[in-house]
Amino acid sequence: MRWWLPLKASTFTGPIDGLFLAILIITGIAFVLVEVGLLWFVVKYRQRPGRKAFYTHGSTRAEVIWTVIPAVTMVALGLISNHYWVEIKGRNSIPPNAYPIGIHAKQFEWQVTYPGPDGKLGTSDDFTVRNQLHVPVGRPIVVALSSEDVIHSFYVPQFRVRQDAVPGMDIKAWFQATVPGTYELGCSQLCGLGHYRMRAQVFVQTQEDYDAWMKQAAQEASS
Amino acid sequence: MGKLGVVAATGVAMLTLAGWMRPPLPAAQGGATISGKVKFTGAKPAMPKIDMSEEPKCKAKYTAAPPTDEAVVVNANGTLDNVFVYVKSGLPASYKAPAPAGPVTLDQDGCRYHPHVFGILVGQALAIKNSDGILHNIKAKGTKNRPFNISQPTTMTSERTFTAPEVMVPLECNVHGWMHAWLGVLPHPFFSVSGSDGSFTIKGLPPGTYTVEAWHEKYGAQTATVTVAGSETKTADFSFAAK
Amino acid sequence: MTTVAATSHPAPAHHDDRSFLRKYVFSTDHKIIGIQFLFVSLFFLLVGGLLAMQMRWQLGFPGKPMPGGGVLPETMAPGGVILPEYYIQLLTMHGTFMVFFAIMPLLVGVYANFLIPLKIGTHDMAFPRINMWSFWSFFAAGLVMLSSLFVPDGAARAGWTMYAPLSARHDLSGASFGQELWSVSIILVGLSSILGSLNYITTVINNRAPGMTWFRLPLSVWSLFITAILGLLALPVLSGAAIMLLFDQIIGTHFFDPAAGGQALLWQHLFWFFGHPEVYILILPAMGMVSDIIANGSRKPIFGYHSMVFAIVAIAFLGWIVWGHHMFVSGMNPTLGSSFMVSTLVIAVPSAVKTFNWMGTMWRGNIKFTVPMLNAIAFVAMFVIGGLSGIFMAATPVDMQIHDTYFIVAHLHYVLFGGSLFALFAAIPYWYPKMFGRMMSERWGKVHFWLTFVFYNCTFFPMHITGMGGEMRRLYDPNQYTFLQPYQPIRVFISISAFLLFATQIIFFVNFWWSLKRGKPSGLNPWQDNGLEWTLPSPAPHGNWERVPTVYRGPYEFSSPQVPEDYLPQTRKLPSDREPAAASAARH
Repeated sequence: MRWWLPLKASTFTGPIDGLFLAILIITGIAFVLVEVGLLWFVVKYRQRPGRKAFYTHGSTRAEVIWTVIPAVTMVALGLISNHYWVEIKGRNSIPPNAYPIGIHAKQFEWQVTYPGPDGKLGTSDDFTVRNQLHVPVGRPIVVALSSEDVIHSFYVPQFRVRQDAVPGMDIKAWFQATVPGTYELGCSQLCGLGHYRMRAQVFVQTQEDYDAWMKQAAQEASS
Repeated sequence: MGKLGVVAATGVAMLTLAGWMRPPLPAAQGGATISGKVKFTGAKPAMPKIDMSEEPKCKAKYTAAPPTDEAVVVNANGTLDNVFVYVKSGLPASYKAPAPAGPVTLDQDGCRYHPHVFGILVGQALAIKNSDGILHNIKAKGTKNRPFNISQPTTMTSERTFTAPEVMVPLECNVHGWMHAWLGVLPHPFFSVSGSDGSFTIKGLPPGTYTVEAWHEKYGAQTATVTVAGSETKTADFSFAAK
Repeated sequence: MTTVAATSHPAPAHHDDRSFLRKYVFSTDHKIIGIQFLFVSLFFLLVGGLLAMQMRWQLGFPGKPMPGGGVLPETMAPGGVILPEYYIQLLTMHGTFMVFFAIMPLLVGVYANFLIPLKIGTHDMAFPRINMWSFWSFFAAGLVMLSSLFVPDGAARAGWTMYAPLSARHDLSGASFGQELWSVSIILVGLSSILGSLNYITTVINNRAPGMTWFRLPLSVWSLFITAILGLLALPVLSGAAIMLLFDQIIGTHFFDPAAGGQALLWQHLFWFFGHPEVYILILPAMGMVSDIIANGSRKPIFGYHSMVFAIVAIAFLGWIVWGHHMFVSGMNPTLGSSFMVSTLVIAVPSAVKTFNWMGTMWRGNIKFTVPMLNAIAFVAMFVIGGLSGIFMAATPVDMQIHDTYFIVAHLHYVLFGGSLFALFAAIPYWYPKMFGRMMSERWGKVHFWLTFVFYNCTFFPMHITGMGGEMRRLYDPNQYTFLQPYQPIRVFISISAFLLFATQIIFFVNFWWSLKRGKPSGLNPWQDNGLEWTLPSPAPHGNWERVPTVYRGPYEFSSPQVPEDYLPQTRKLPSDREPAAASAARH
């Protein structure tokens, strides 16, 4: 059992985990400040007979301080987050050399379309495999997501990538896997009674292994 | 109408009475029989293999040969399996179906439906059995019958009934996209499904002229007109060609 | 302090000769309507809790027969084992009941009705009959929603957010009638809220007592007033969307069905355009009432009253321009994500201001640990966690990872349970005496508080951990994923904590019912508060005041050096006080 984010297996883990940690530190400080302060006040200023509370309506200075500090922190956080957001999800963030894979979501399966030996989607050598996503390691992958019926969501926790598949829309999402291995792709948007079983295996393979698999799979599909 | 009508009405009344008095014995007692074979001509289409590696429990049940799609199953003797043959019309209006004898079972075993094509009486219970112990959902997409979509997360049996005649009600599992079954709901028991030798038999028909239809999920339907009397047996063969 | 026994009513403001039906059922008295809302929504709170318990059973002990589950029909739980389709009905109805039929009416329906006229010094709402209709349409909506659990194919099953096209097309969801009843019920709830909001806004603007200037209003009234504005603008959007959804379901329109040219994301935009203001509808009244209670419990004026008011207004305003943060990964243009992220992060600022001001109020106070005060302090402590965890999902790249996971579930329960519900556990005993003339048991109140506080944290805190690990929401059985199997012990721990948390609430309900008849008579002003309502007998009579009171100061003059006592009611005239402008007085 992990007490932290899932294993790291894509290039997004760096910025996302870093940002997560940064926010954890910022909110951690605020959390400790407030909870310790509350406890301290509760103990120190508990009711004692014959004492009257300090009569004050506030302090402009204190209020300016605790308005400005959060404001500056939040705007800074927003700017930093946006930098990574544009890199990860921005419309122009998809690397031009990204390897295309089509994923069509359907109650309750992932139909993965591979570009075949020519490396291009939409050609005659494309073939489709159910619930198995094979990707080469160290290469940007662009997933063309579509949906047959309802909204599904493409989510591989170890890649820190998530994108809804919306019927009637063609949405592209990209990632680059860094560690070969087997992972799980899950649907993270309630899509009906089989939602919890809408999963697929993700195989991150070296380029040679991937090419070998592709050759064999393409052959099987055409036979 | 005359004498024949009286006889027929009496016969029907007797049958009904008999059915009511002895519910386990349907009208198949006596009566005429229509039987035949469903032939298949042309090149046998190759059915795609089903990759069940995502469900190891199911995959383990196919040790000899990998499972293939069941849309077209051509038998060794050149006949066509899974053809639903039934009396489409011709029964007298007064005909009353016998009470169904127990439920029809649809088994989900090895991530496939058993049987793949079958019939049921209106009002008869369909026992849907999950022998796999993994999640299956059963979606019935009827148009005359109220559609349903239920799930079975584990080994269990659920019962459903159908209220109106409908040929065919498609059944499917959305967890395993390859799982399809076809259900013919009829107001009478005069139906049969061609088996692994391509033959079918419809028994216990009252005398009359019938339109018999043979339905296949891929190749559509064909009809034949057959007249039977007494307890004779008539043959009706069908032939489907590869497309 | 003058103590007046609850039984010795002074002459009521108006002679009360209404029939039982007019007095307690089709009442137009704002206090009775508030109490009607209280009883009905407490019942729905219980229903929502029961649904949650069934979900927790399935998550803690997947596939095991649920104790008592044998009574459920074969379509829900054959042999007591919950089916996936029943599980998704449970999560849908739990969310729906808690948001629309428990928290929202408890905060707004009960306290806007009960408190606004009492706290601003008027006889009743501006439109008493509209007020009655507001309750009865809410009641009808509740019955419709409840009945949907019992129709063929069961209740709605697309999550409380009812994302289309799953919700719009019966062939895709497997539900039919239940899905339509959901839409009908939500339309009725929307009607109820619109009628209520209209009333609250008018009443606060027009019916304030002489001397009750805007900046002498208690923060509870300010927050309820701003909430009503949010409600009036947000609920029509929801009702409109629900009508469109109902049309999709029954008359064959395709607003949300892309298969026939509709737009799936349209529903999300409409829903969250309502839904995000709704989040603040669910927390602002809690903040307002907690402000009143903390000032009272600390015996100190609220710290930074004006900035508290501006913070409420700022939160409400920002609440309108953040709805897209629910849709960062929905396929919406990512550039919009950037702007929604910034506006969302900025909401942290007024929220921080409020938190620090509550702490400032307690600082150098003279804190009395009454049950309302304990719960109000817990509100601050827990709301902080919910608020801070919100920053994680506001940051778009991090949201990619934690969106639709248990991290979100933890976050929203820290806000709605840790926030809103703790505020209600503070508010209910605090104003109970003014409703029923008796006190709720302090001792059992404290037992309830401590047990709730512990079990609540045991239930919801671990969800952050599983959420970080990637556990998706709304999974019938997370063990289907190998990477989620190791978390099963945590799920068992959460489930057991949740059962204990639910059991603890029995103490609250018993205390509530028992005190109705047996509670200690409270007298006029048991908390030694300054608000106008505490000058009335308990329970407050029909019509409230014979003559509306005159207000000389703000509501938070605790420990003022001007008087020897540590409180100074708003109506008490000191020699230095001037009469408010005659024009204002003439209105009444």
